[in-house]
Amino acid sequence: MSRRPSRFLLGGRRYSPAASLLLAAPFLLLVAVIFILPLATLLHESLFVPAPTTAHYARAFAEPVYLRVMLRTLRIAALVTALALLLAWPVAWAMSRSRGLGLALLGAAVLLPLWTSVLVRTYAWMVLLQRNGVVNQLLLQAGLADAPVRLLYTEGAVVLAMAHVLLPFMVLPIYSALKGIPEEYSRAARMLGASAWSTFREVTWPLALPGVTSGCLMVFLLALGFFVTPALIGGPQQMMIATLVSQQVREMLDWPFAGALVGILLVFVLAVTIAFKRAVRLDRFVGSA
Amino acid sequence: MGGPDGMQGRVAVQGLVKRFGPVNAVDHVSLEVSSGEFLALLGPSGSGKTTILMAIAGFEYPDEGRILIGGEEVTWAPPNRRNLGMVFQRYTLFPHMSVLENIAFPLKMRGVGRAEREERARAALATVRLGQMGGRKPAQLSGGQQQRVAIARAIVYRPRVLLMDEPLSALDKNLREEMQIEIKHLQREIGITVIFVTHDQTEALTMADRVAVLDHGRLQQLGAPRELYEAPETVFVAGFVGETNFCEGRLARPAARGEAVMVALDGGGTMPAIAAQALPAGGRIKVALRPERLRVLPADGEGGTARVTEAIYAGNATTLMLEGQGGQRLRARVPAGAGLHEPRPGEAVRLSWQPADARAFPA
Amino acid sequence: MALNAAAYAVTVFLLLPTLIIAPMSVGPERLLSFPPKGFSLRWYAAYFEDRDWLRATLFSAEAGLISAVCATVIGTMLALALVRGRLPGKGLIELLVIGPVIVPHIALAVAMFLVFEQLRLTGTLLGFAMAHTVLALPFVVFTLLAALYRFDVELERAALSCGAGPLRAFRHVTLPLIAPGLVSAALFAFIISFDEAVVSFFISDLDRKTLPRKMFEDIDFNISPTLAAVATMLTALTILALLLGFGLKRGLERRARAAGTAAEAGP
Repeated sequence: MSRRPSRFLLGGRRYSPAASLLLAAPFLLLVAVIFILPLATLLHESLFVPAPTTAHYARAFAEPVYLRVMLRTLRIAALVTALALLLAWPVAWAMSRSRGLGLALLGAAVLLPLWTSVLVRTYAWMVLLQRNGVVNQLLLQAGLADAPVRLLYTEGAVVLAMAHVLLPFMVLPIYSALKGIPEEYSRAARMLGASAWSTFREVTWPLALPGVTSGCLMVFLLALGFFVTPALIGGPQQMMIATLVSQQVREMLDWPFAGALVGILLVFVLAVTIAFKRAVRLDRFVGSA
Repeated sequence: MGGPDGMQGRVAVQGLVKRFGPVNAVDHVSLEVSSGEFLALLGPSGSGKTTILMAIAGFEYPDEGRILIGGEEVTWAPPNRRNLGMVFQRYTLFPHMSVLENIAFPLKMRGVGRAEREERARAALATVRLGQMGGRKPAQLSGGQQQRVAIARAIVYRPRVLLMDEPLSALDKNLREEMQIEIKHLQREIGITVIFVTHDQTEALTMADRVAVLDHGRLQQLGAPRELYEAPETVFVAGFVGETNFCEGRLARPAARGEAVMVALDGGGTMPAIAAQALPAGGRIKVALRPERLRVLPADGEGGTARVTEAIYAGNATTLMLEGQGGQRLRARVPAGAGLHEPRPGEAVRLSWQPADARAFPA
Repeated sequence: MALNAAAYAVTVFLLLPTLIIAPMSVGPERLLSFPPKGFSLRWYAAYFEDRDWLRATLFSAEAGLISAVCATVIGTMLALALVRGRLPGKGLIELLVIGPVIVPHIALAVAMFLVFEQLRLTGTLLGFAMAHTVLALPFVVFTLLAALYRFDVELERAALSCGAGPLRAFRHVTLPLIAPGLVSAALFAFIISFDEAVVSFFISDLDRKTLPRKMFEDIDFNISPTLAAVATMLTALTILALLLGFGLKRGLERRARAAGTAAEAGP
């Protein structure tokens, strides 16, 4: 009993560095093999195959086809983010101001899509938008169109479906920011003579801004690398970078070039993430479910 | 006393040092608690009192020193092997267990059979006067009731020592005073050693047999409540325990501890006092004098030594704010109904005190 | 109020596309229409009679269960180390935790495709389980971090002072109190694995594929009405899982923190 015990786990106090590392070891091992190793291998392909070169990266920027895909990806991601913000604000605001059944219903409406398969939701949009789909049937019946309108395989359809799929990622952080603003603040602002618009501009918006940033960032990042929805709803004219990567790998078998495209995507995503480091918060999505 | 049974609840802390970074949270503290004694560890936050308790409990390992319980060294033993009872600041009842399950938990951990567990848990619950509450969940009890359950849980396995970490600080004033008396009774009844951490000096003085006063990790004084109050050994203890006037001045010649001295006050005049510690010549001196030991007499035409600036009536006593000739600010307390002179603001008064009540410290 | 009306309109927009599939899936004709022209379960029958669909479903369920268990265990260990431990390189580890969320799934999928070919993991249950565990871990870790931060460490100390060893303190006190978090985490992990489409798209092979991969192929080749039946069943399953998870979590929470609020109301 006269020696300091060297035990690993000491309940009630902080675990020793050795014990902590032991607890983290399975995670580190798995992430090393299933996350870091694959990405490193792919990036290695892009820079060292067949010989050390930056040619694959240069090609992505030199050929107009690829440059167009990248610019389109940025544009669609930005449009999706803007549309999602516009749609998410009223829902988040209504959620933050309701309790009981109202909150439960709104919450369910946001959470159900979050946890429903992206494929199911994309498929639903295809059924709605296809040539003889529900929307076209309605348009014809209402006499708004003489012949079925081309809805699927348009950029509008891609943006709409992606905004729909990613909407919960916008609603939840904004909701959690709005929920934290006591109602008294806007009442106080109104009492002090602010109009509804000034109250929004001077009080609500600045306080909600962290949630808005967080939501926009999540949606934008997810949209940039989105594969399923644009691949199925968009045609070749709406090809985004993810589909291009997939094509290079599956059809062209051009691993180095696919690696370069992934490299560009990763650098961009990491730069945005580091620039907004504090806004990347997962707790907003897990805490509310 | 002194037999093998009487040794069981003895706690000794020897030369304890605990560093947090460059700071010595506990700085060479030694103290002994005898079996059945109630010791309070008193100090402001950051004084090291809780760290000492945690080292005794086994939640902190010291950097130097030893801890003995019942004569046996336990410095490095894990908390669950020390057989101590502990009551925490925030009740810490297990929220997913009923009151009775909470109390039976330590017995379960000790392999006591189900029937005996229940019987002993019920008995412990009766001891803290909550016999009817066994089936409830902790969240359904009030704060005071929760703390009583926590006490029952800590004594049900008859540990030799009960550690209490500011157990009453979460309760409101009336309940706190009620619980102070109740804990004291319980401790006498079951004859357990109690080590009680508090930052509330009244609580320490009311409850403890002896009080250890700590400041910045050092033990300032260890003694009975009366000793601490009437004969503080350091400026810190004089200031922290009870209310005190401090007058500053100098001493012409050195003095040994306990010697009568005349202190030359900064604003002029002299003050008879006794040296609480050995005092060097020419050094700065602080004299501590309790407000209720200061006698306030009418000036009687001879010219007063102080002027009353304010009189605050508080029922059982009146507190006088005084300004001495040298500009010193003093407080005096005049008990009501004792027929003593109660001067008005602006009045000149004469002050008097027993030199033994004025204790001089090196500043 | 206008904003409220907008909120409910968006809610309808959120739910309608998914929910409109249900009535359409019971239509008898090959061409799906709304409202359906009659009632027939033939597309459901088509699903249950097709060995490919059933095999894919079973494979997804297996991968989902294994991923849920692995992600919950590994994620709990890591969350404990992050909250309770002193981890060297904590910042880097935290970055690794959110990594699989920030890195686009297409990048991960293609990278895994490349490495899994060499490691012969393509189309194997092990490969899917590992890939999906990595994808689910961020959500598991964050759920458990929240649960552990809510947990009062002093309770564990209380258990030790009562004579419980560290492991028994964990089992009797910590575990029951973080159980709601564990249930949510496992549920998240299962759903993430079961619905995961992108990585599955690349690491499946001809014979061993997950349900989302099978759906992907069917959507890409022909929008067959069987898909409507599958989509409806998946949506129903999600609703069921969320309700079940919510109910279970509530039940555990009620057990953990008894309903009464007497503590706050009392003196």
